[in-house]
Amino acid sequence: MLQFHLVFCMQKFNPNVPTGPLEGRWEKHKFDLALIAPQNRKKYNIIVIGTGLAGASLCATLGEAGYNVQSFCYNDSPRRAHSIAAQGGVNASKNYQNDGDSTWRLFYDTIKGGDFRARESNIYRLAQLSCNIIDQAVSQGVPFAREYSGYLANRSFGGTQVSRTFYARGQTGQQLLLGAYSSMSKEIASGKVKHTSRSEMLEIIIIDGKARGVVVRNLITGEISSHVADCVVMCTGGYSNAYFLSTNAKGCNTSATWRAHKNGAYFANPSFTQIHPTCVPPTGDSQSKLTLMSESLRNDGRIWAPKNIEDCDKNPNEISEENRDYFLERMYPAFANLVPRDIASRALKGICDEGRGVGSIINNQRLGVYLDFSSVIEKMGIDKVKEKYGNLFDMYKSITGENPYEVPMKIYPAPHYTMGGLWVDYNLMTTIDGLFACGEANFSDHGANRLGASALMQGLADGYFIAPQTVANYLARGTFEKISNDHPEVVASIDAVKSRIDKLMNAPKPEHSPDYFHRKVGGILWAACGMARDKKALEEAVKSIEKLKFDFWQSIKVTGSDADFNQTLEKAGRVADFIELGHLMCVDALDREESCGAHARLEYLAESGDAMRDDENYGYVAAWEFNENGPKLHKEELNYEFIKPTYRDYK
Amino acid sequence: MNFTLHIWRQKNTSSDGSFVTYHVENIDSDTSFLEMLDHLNEKLIDKGKDCVVFDYDCREGICGTCSLVINGHPHGEKKATTTCQLYMRDYANQRELWIEPWRAQSFPIMKDLAVKREAFDRIIQSGGFISVSVGSAPEANSQLINKDDADCAFDSATCIGCGACVAVCPNASASLFVAAKINHFEQLPQGKIESKKRAERMINQMEEEGFGSCSNHRHCETVCPKEISVSNIATMNNLLLA
Repeated sequence: MLQFHLVFCMQKFNPNVPTGPLEGRWEKHKFDLALIAPQNRKKYNIIVIGTGLAGASLCATLGEAGYNVQSFCYNDSPRRAHSIAAQGGVNASKNYQNDGDSTWRLFYDTIKGGDFRARESNIYRLAQLSCNIIDQAVSQGVPFAREYSGYLANRSFGGTQVSRTFYARGQTGQQLLLGAYSSMSKEIASGKVKHTSRSEMLEIIIIDGKARGVVVRNLITGEISSHVADCVVMCTGGYSNAYFLSTNAKGCNTSATWRAHKNGAYFANPSFTQIHPTCVPPTGDSQSKLTLMSESLRNDGRIWAPKNIEDCDKNPNEISEENRDYFLERMYPAFANLVPRDIASRALKGICDEGRGVGSIINNQRLGVYLDFSSVIEKMGIDKVKEKYGNLFDMYKSITGENPYEVPMKIYPAPHYTMGGLWVDYNLMTTIDGLFACGEANFSDHGANRLGASALMQGLADGYFIAPQTVANYLARGTFEKISNDHPEVVASIDAVKSRIDKLMNAPKPEHSPDYFHRKVGGILWAACGMARDKKALEEAVKSIEKLKFDFWQSIKVTGSDADFNQTLEKAGRVADFIELGHLMCVDALDREESCGAHARLEYLAESGDAMRDDENYGYVAAWEFNENGPKLHKEELNYEFIKPTYRDYK
Repeated sequence: MNFTLHIWRQKNTSSDGSFVTYHVENIDSDTSFLEMLDHLNEKLIDKGKDCVVFDYDCREGICGTCSLVINGHPHGEKKATTTCQLYMRDYANQRELWIEPWRAQSFPIMKDLAVKREAFDRIIQSGGFISVSVGSAPEANSQLINKDDADCAFDSATCIGCGACVAVCPNASASLFVAAKINHFEQLPQGKIESKKRAERMINQMEEEGFGSCSNHRHCETVCPKEISVSNIATMNNLLLA
């Protein structure tokens, strides 16, 4: 029995990567996938949770194919998912600029950008599909930037030396999401997609080892209901909000992925979190979120800090050229201001730690450096700069009250994206049969650091092109008995949700609000599991989070009723999950005794501050299994068959 | 800064609502308007009271979730701004704030300051898309698009679907919202093919949802956080006449 169990687990933890030449793997795999004939598709029911780029594009595609899709989102409309806030662009290896781009180069840049901690096969597939995404979006009416000739325009992004990013001013995510949302709306009208907004998934229903449904809470009435189907796809985004202050929308949460994890889905590389270099610096205690300034600003803007500490509180326009340190240009002459995000963030932190930061003082430190457009305004003219970056400059002005056309912007890193997520195989299926994860919710493509303009690419590749094929294969190869809503597992899942809500509503000594606990866990993670990590701090963080979890369930205070529109209750449930996930993030960061990408362990950094990988001992994906007695580590060894992992040199 | 807040409280769609007065103190000028409301809610939790429900999500002016009519102005008085991008420094000279939900029959109040805007989703479902299927798209550069047309389409496509145009309109018309979507596609060759049918369907749906018609008050473009011009409505009307 034990032996059988082991074999069973190992099969589930098989990345299922095809073999053969890299270029032909996806084509070959697609041919090997089972199909469902058009007339039979209406017999299958699929649940999609979340309607960002991955979810909306998947709903549209599955609906067009003829499946019955049920989708849910917590927002008041699918169009408001946080993909909408992505600014800079979407990568595709079209090579329109004739600058040497190719599928291979996009693949290589992405895998190198991720510091060689992702699968070759997945990334190559992503690079191959990138061009189809642009074609699809244009045909939907996404108004990408164009040249006067009428052809599509491109710009450069961090970590690359080619110009392959397609963009719609600073609102690329908005335009791509509205494209996917419009296609999804078409399928809602056709009746193939049944969508419910303002619904939060709170539990997954597993029957005979297969994901067969979800329990959701109606956020307006508080009603708890179960929904069954033949499989479930999670497109629920990332967990940067674990840090409390992040660039994510306030509602972004880990609850769906964490429920999946607690029900058996492995969570991969939870400590791989991206701290984005160009965000508006924090100003005070009342702050509820941080705002990203698109990485595209680094195309033209120059980043600097005063050379001398005594200049730090001066008007930047009065600091002479020779007293400015353009530190990225100095440290990384080849990529200069366009080094990848992890490297830029660490360099920025280093400058501020030296005491050369500018702006507001928080905890005795000035947190900020300048992002300066004065020379560009001089060279390109103010109108051209306005056309390219106008909305970003306006946003900066409305947040800070300062005019970036006259005074350089101030920036500081902030949590922005999570490379970690649910472990999935090549088919984007988790270790739970019939539970798939797409977009930021999975861990698959970005390794230890994501390059700019590749999140939109991945979300859409998963939703439009990959999951529709692999989900069909899963359905075609299985048999699915009809499940009724009074099935014991369904009832048990509903009861679990209700009893958890009861606990949140009725803590023994209610004293503190959800935000109080959220700020606490966020503070611990930012200090110990943020841009710089070390053993001692992480060990302390693990202990503090364990204590915080205990305190939370003792003294969480939720006012109002659970049978009502209750945002305090929503927050409390999400914070409870962030606390548990935060614990796993620290455990994962402790396990990985190397530095790679965004994971900077101070004990394993080169003197230059660069990450020092240990491929021999840590060349694996850390996939964590939930266990009441503590998380259990499974390792997926990363074998590089086609490229040779190198030292990531951007100098 | 200290403020007296008169906030609309309403238990649910079918109950009556009323203004309730609250006081907030020591608000920093860099605090955002919504953070000021967060602060109030923290105080209400302290006192064991039910929090004020208000919609928000991205807090960077792009998702279109936040609403609020502040002292009679949807998204406050500041031009080209969503509520989440208002800062208390913008209210340095005021001490009393009246905060209400969007008011329109087609946007029923769910609770306190949050309304239901699913009517907008249904309008998009009626025709706010290009009928292309995934996988059938031609090479992106095979159809050239004049840059000015693309820019014009973009200007219309920036609508965030917040509903401020409806909230401010004496007819509670959704004309600006509908026209922006119609005009976005009308400017592009791949969208133009379905333009007339799209316009007819979307306008029908708008009427079915109970939104009024446009009678040229033009308040919508003044409150639109994305500064979408009423000229979109003219284009839409021309399409219908064509």
